Parts: sequence; structure tokens; C-alpha cells
Amino acid sequence: MSQPITARPAGFFRDVGSVAIRALQQLPRDLEFVLPALAVPTFFLVVNIGALQDVAGFTELEIDYKAFQLPVAIIFAVTGISRASALVLDIQDGYFDRLLLTPVSRRALLLGLMVSDFVLVLLLSIPVTILGFAIGVRFPTGVLGVVVFLLMGASWGVAFTGFPYAIALRTGNPSAVNASFILFFPFAFMTTTFLPLESMTGWLAEVARYNPVTYLLAGLRSLFVGWQFGELAKGMIAIIGLGIVSQTLAFSALKSRIDGR
Amino acid sequence: MIRAESLTRRFGDNLAVDSIDLSVERGEIYGFLGPNGAGKSTVVRMLCTLLAPTSGSASVADLDVSDHPGEVRLAIGVALQEASLDPKMTGREIITTQGRLFGLRSTEISKRIDELAPLIDMNAIDHLVGTYSGGMRRRLDLAASLVHNPSVLFLDEPTTGLDPPGRLRVWEEVRRLNRELGMTVFLTTQYLEEADTLAHRVGVIDHGRIVVEGSPAELKRSVGDDVVVVKVAGDSDRVAEVLAAVPGVDRIERYEHEVRAVTKDGGRALSPVAVALDRAGCVVDELALRTPTLDDVFLHVTGSHLEGGDT
Repeated sequence: MSQPITARPAGFFRDVGSVAIRALQQLPRDLEFVLPALAVPTFFLVVNIGALQDVAGFTELEIDYKAFQLPVAIIFAVTGISRASALVLDIQDGYFDRLLLTPVSRRALLLGLMVSDFVLVLLLSIPVTILGFAIGVRFPTGVLGVVVFLLMGASWGVAFTGFPYAIALRTGNPSAVNASFILFFPFAFMTTTFLPLESMTGWLAEVARYNPVTYLLAGLRSLFVGWQFGELAKGMIAIIGLGIVSQTLAFSALKSRIDGR
Repeated sequence: MIRAESLTRRFGDNLAVDSIDLSVERGEIYGFLGPNGAGKSTVVRMLCTLLAPTSGSASVADLDVSDHPGEVRLAIGVALQEASLDPKMTGREIITTQGRLFGLRSTEISKRIDELAPLIDMNAIDHLVGTYSGGMRRRLDLAASLVHNPSVLFLDEPTTGLDPPGRLRVWEEVRRLNRELGMTVFLTTQYLEEADTLAHRVGVIDHGRIVVEGSPAELKRSVGDDVVVVKVAGDSDRVAEVLAAVPGVDRIERYEHEVRAVTKDGGRALSPVAVALDRAGCVVDELALRTPTLDDVFLHVTGSHLEGGDT
């Protein structure tokens, strides 16, 4: 006689995997979410290069302006992309309660979503990078440089997701999550999006010095010059620093939502 | 199997659950009956570890819900009041995700899907839940709650919104789970018939307190035998006076435009009641004989009808 099938703890990593698989299964059904995330960086890459390439000639750039803009497009592709809106819908539909009624690790509920976010932003970065190749951008750092370029971009994307998740968990409100997109603007525009730091002046240059995106962009752009480990390390520190802040907010919001019941 | 002692929950100044004591034995179907807002769902959410009690204690499957929430979750299955399903997942994905989170292997999940087939619309299992009818969603929700063979099943108003055939299917499944697997079932409902038909014991909750508890038969016996109900548009005092004088009528109860003659044998009392009312010239809108229902129990202990009571 066979043993009856009964529940047992799945284990932390399987929990993370289960949550991530579910989130990834939903992606093809959420094209209205995925397609704009691809269209925005493509648009900015084309427009920025078209509009500013000649103006940028007056600055002292180490690299071609197309290569200068490709990391910007990657930042646009990966920043603020998360399943936070889906999480809010789960909260509203009661599916989040269904998950809480299982023995799943509570941290896995967020980490699983972030794993799927990592996969998504990586997938979004690939066509943008291919577009970069199509317009003539080349990596002197080779295939490994491309891999590092994509991984750094995706890591930044995941580090940033803590903000929308924190808002989703604190408010349970889809409008608030959508509004969290405005966080993207100071990070993405008060930095070296259009010009190198040396060419910026006044308060904007000062703000850019404290913006982690400045160092992330510098790290990504360094891959078009050669292996500059100092620049890469500063970029990684920027990612880790932002990640610590945003993920602390997200996980404390998760704890608050669960414990505050 | 389920115990609660002085279980209390406040939301700000609102005392949602007021120091209730509960004891549900292994293999029992316990019906928790009460109107909307009585505190049924709050009790369920505390017993299921979704909500922390403000004070008091509770255990499920012999495990304290506050001290061992993870172990409690392994032992219970829960179908909440609203079918908590993601409309952008298919039925199979819902069950599979649920199974994985309960530690089941792929082969075990496939086997459980086959076993749960009577509940699930297998033709639609690979369709998105958003395309399901309310009844299909309810049954899928129940199936997802059962994927790991829990020893205790919590059903929070499981048939609300279902059509009669859908309701019967759920009832039959609950009975089967209890009969064949010995599953303990804690069922909240506002449907009297549901509690009467399914539950071995019923607790009536009102304003956060359990006001009466017992088997449906015991509870119904406790409020008298049969009731002759007279609905009047005019002078209910006169009707009450006439009914009180009819032989065999034990007592009179009055609720707005309704006068009730409580008697041990309604069949024998009905004709004399009709004759007496006619002779007294009372204008009657409706005259009916009713055997006691759980609504009578509810009316007796709370002074009001159960909202949403169906029969």
C-alpha cells in the first residue's frame, strides 16, 4: 500500500524557485507590462544618439557616443521593472493570503519575485544590447565584457526593485506602485545620462556625484574601453549600496505586512 | 483537534472576537454559524495563522498557532471566503504551485490532480482561472486547499455565491473527505441549511461571541418543538391573545408582524389555531407550520433572524 501524500517543508531554495517559476509563467501573459519596458530604452537609445551625437562631439569622450548611450538604454530597460504590480494584485485578489497559508518561507515570497525580475531584466537587456551591436557599438573586452555588462545591468535592476516592492507591501495600492516610477527620474536623469561628469556644471554636477547611477554608468562604459577594474568596482559598490537600502525597505515592509496582521 | 481559549481579536476599538472558547474533536465537522460581521472569518484567520490573536490562545492539530505557525500550516487546508486565486494562472498551475510550496514532488502533484478530478473541471484545468465561472473558481480553490491532504480543513463560507448544484457538489465532497479520510472540518457559513446538513456540531456566533453550541438536533430541540407562524398586518396583540388560548400551545413569541405559537405537535395545533383566529375575526396574511430550524435557534438566542439565512 502506498504512503499517503502529505505536506512537508519544501526548503528555502525550492520555495524561492516555486515563487519565481510562478512569476515567470505570468510574464508572457503580461505583455502590456513587458513591451513598454522594451520600447522605452529602444526609443531613448535612438533619440539620444540622433539628437545629441553631434553636440557630444564638443566634449572629451573616451568612447563613441553610441557606446556612451548604450549603458543609459540598459539603465532605462532595467530600472523599476519588477513584479510589484502583480504583488499588489495578489494582495487584492487574496492570492497573497493563499501563499501565506502555505509553509513557504516568507522571505522566499519576495526573493522568488526578485529572481524572476533578474531573469526579466536580463532578457530585456539582451535585445537592447543587440541593437547596440547593430548600430556599431563594440566591446573591446570581448564576450566576457558583454556578459559583465548584462549582469551588472540586471543586478542594478534587481537592486532597485526593493523600492516598488516596499511601496506595494506598505500600501497594497496599484496606483501607488505605478507612481513609484517617478523614483526612476532623479536616478536616471540627474546623472551622466547625456554628458560625462567632467562636462556637467553647477548643482546638477553636484547631485550627479552623489547619484549611484553615475558610478554604475561609468563602470558599464568602462567595458567599451578595456578592463578597468576600479571603475567596475565602483559600479558594483553603487549597486550594492542601493540594493542594501532598497531591499531593507522591501523586507521590512514584508515583515510589517505579515506581522502587522 | 482545534482548541481555543479566551481567543480575542480587536481591530482598534472594534472587538471583533470576544474571548471565545472552542473545542473541535478529531474527525468532526464543526459548523460556525453567524451573520455577516459576526466574527466568523476573523476566528478562522486566527486559527489559520493569518491573523495574530490580541489575547487568548488557540491550537490546531495539537500545535499552538502562535508558537508553531509553520507546523500548523503543514497540517491545515484553507479555502477562504473569497476564492483566492490568481486569474492569470491556469487551474493546473495553481494546484502545482500549491503542491510545490507544500513540498510535494511533481509525480505526487500529478497524482493529486487525478485524485481531485471530481472537484476540478478537468476540461478547463489548462485554461486561465480568469475565464472560470464562480462555481469553478470555488471548487478549484477547494481542490488547491486539499492538494497536500491536510488533516484539518477550514472552509470559510465555501458555498457563498454558488448555484444549488455547485453547492451540493461541495457538500458531497466535504462529507466524503470527512467520512473516508476522517478529515476534521471547520466550516463557517451563514446558510442554515448548510450547517444543518453538514455539521456534527454547530456554534452560533454573534457580535464576536459564541452564544450557543451543540448538535443541530440538540439546538433545535432546545427552542421548542413545532411553531405555528402567523403573519399579521393588523392587531398582533389580539392574535397573540387568541393563540395563547388555543389548547396545546405552550407559549407565544412575537417578532414585529409575526406571532409564533410554540407547540409540541404542530400538526394537531394548526387546525384549532386557524379556527380560533377565524372566530376571533383576526385578519391574517399568512399562516404556516414550521418545524424548528437553526434560524429559530439563532432568533431565540440573539433576538434577530440570521441575515442571509436561506431556509
